[in-house]
Amino acid sequence: MRFTLNGKPVELKVAPMRRLLDVLREDCGLTGTKEGCGEGECGACTVLLDGAPVNSCLVPVAQAEGTKVTTIEGLRGHTKLQQAFVTEGGAQCGICTPGFLLAASTLPRAASLEAVKQGLAGNLCRCTGYAGIYRSVAVARGGARAAPKPKPAARAKATPRAKTKPKARSAAARRSR
Amino acid sequence: MKTAFSTLALLRPERPDEALALLRDGPLTPIAGGTDLYVALNAGLCPSRRFVDLSRLKAWRGIAATKDGGLRIGALTTFAQIRDDKRVARALPALCAAAREIGGVQIQNRATVGGNLANASPAADSAPVLLAADAELELASTAGVRRVPLGEFFVAYRHTALRADELIQAVLIPPQPGPSFFRKVGTRAANAISKVVFAGVRAARPRIALGSVGPVPLRAKRAEAALAAGADLESAVDALQQDIAPIDDLRSTAEYRRFVAAGLLRQFWQQTGGRRPAPSRRR
Ligand SMILES: Cc1cc2nc3c(=O)[nH]c(=O)nc-3n(C[C@H](O)[C@H](O)[C@H](O)COP(=O)(O)OP(=O)(O)OC[C@H]3O[C@@H](n4cnc5c(N)ncnc54)[C@H](O)[C@@H]3O)c2cc1C
Ligand code: FES
Ligand code: FES
Repeated sequence: MRFTLNGKPVELKVAPMRRLLDVLREDCGLTGTKEGCGEGECGACTVLLDGAPVNSCLVPVAQAEGTKVTTIEGLRGHTKLQQAFVTEGGAQCGICTPGFLLAASTLPRAASLEAVKQGLAGNLCRCTGYAGIYRSVAVARGGARAAPKPKPAARAKATPRAKTKPKARSAAARRSR
Repeated sequence: MKTAFSTLALLRPERPDEALALLRDGPLTPIAGGTDLYVALNAGLCPSRRFVDLSRLKAWRGIAATKDGGLRIGALTTFAQIRDDKRVARALPALCAAAREIGGVQIQNRATVGGNLANASPAADSAPVLLAADAELELASTAGVRRVPLGEFFVAYRHTALRADELIQAVLIPPQPGPSFFRKVGTRAANAISKVVFAGVRAARPRIALGSVGPVPLRAKRAEAALAAGADLESAVDALQQDIAPIDDLRSTAEYRRFVAAGLLRQFWQQTGGRRPAPSRRR
């Protein structure tokens, strides 16, 4: 079977009912796509199928035939978004991050906070409490922060990096305008 | 244990007649968006080994206006398509509202209306809306197409009127006599299976349907009759309690479901009461 993977044509001999998730990770060597729950709940396995986010743990690879598949390795043109996840605390352990980035990359530019939340409701994160993620999306669009940034003082003791963080954050925010 | 996916067979017809012929010679399990089937396969709970993929049947995907002023929605139409469709928003806004709350976008992009109904979960969110809309299904086999009112489709817990050689081809929605209402109560909008799902169409003979309050999605016939006869709202709420038979399960309790169902009936009646229901266009 053939499909386009991150802009390049691929041809594979695979059993049709294998999960797209497994074929991407095991046959294509693209391990950026994660398995969280294997039940469609968490969105860690999100890829874009012809531009639309889907859970690759629920897709038989045969249904990808003739489509354009985009994984986190192939996400292009969203540097600001990726950068904001770094500077705004959008990622902690990182297992949910590829899925969030792909889902967020498809949100309309003018989406309100409510629309951003709706658009990302199929992605779960156990670390950030979501505030950092919504803030990352907002900052990447050059908009106001969706949620107040955590007070550096409160975190300074726990993580030494916290002291330098606010500066990095505002620099990134300025760049993205 | 997870199913061994490499051992499963998949046939991929391009046209409905090919799919129906394959099914006649079955046994085969149809797969549309896979959002229910793959959850079962991932959990090792689907015994089928041979599948037929419906995703290439383009003729069965899409929304069209019918001559009588209603809508025909192909079984393979996704909830993302329904959610964004202007005709659905005009004809039956409650269906758009339901589509918006079926899983997150990843699910909406894949989940089909045919799969939602065929799966016959008592919690299927499109079912109460389509029941309240008096929708009918087109069931196709090599023998032809039969039309079945949705109210006769859900036979018993997870059992439908669909024969093993049949597929749902389309959902037919007649013109609606008044405003529609949808409300789902769960722990969270996306990804949460409903504790109670309620849909209604306001008219001289109001139509009310609920999910997750019995073995199948159901019409609240007694409550409807009470309201049609001009009874006051609280009498209809009492009647509703006889229409439903909720149970305690891991998502909620029977008592809470009865309480919520009552609240939703009041909300439906109050929110749709402002305007006089539009006169039915048929008749
Ligand atoms: C994380 C998650 C969240 C969800 N949230 C919701 C929710 O909020 N509300 C809700 O109602 N559902 C929800 N679902 C369930 C599911 O997404 C829906 O029921 C969906 O509409 C099923 O459609 P599908 O095309 O994916 O079906 P499939 O999985 O492809 O098929 C489901 C069943 O229907 C049969 N079938 C499919 N199409 C046809 C046809 N045309 N004719 C005959 N038989 C057919 C299949 O053989 C199978 O038995 C959720 C699922 C997941 C994984
Ligand atoms: S692994 Fe696919 S949604 Fe969780
Ligand atoms: S960063 Fe750990 S799950 Fe989201």
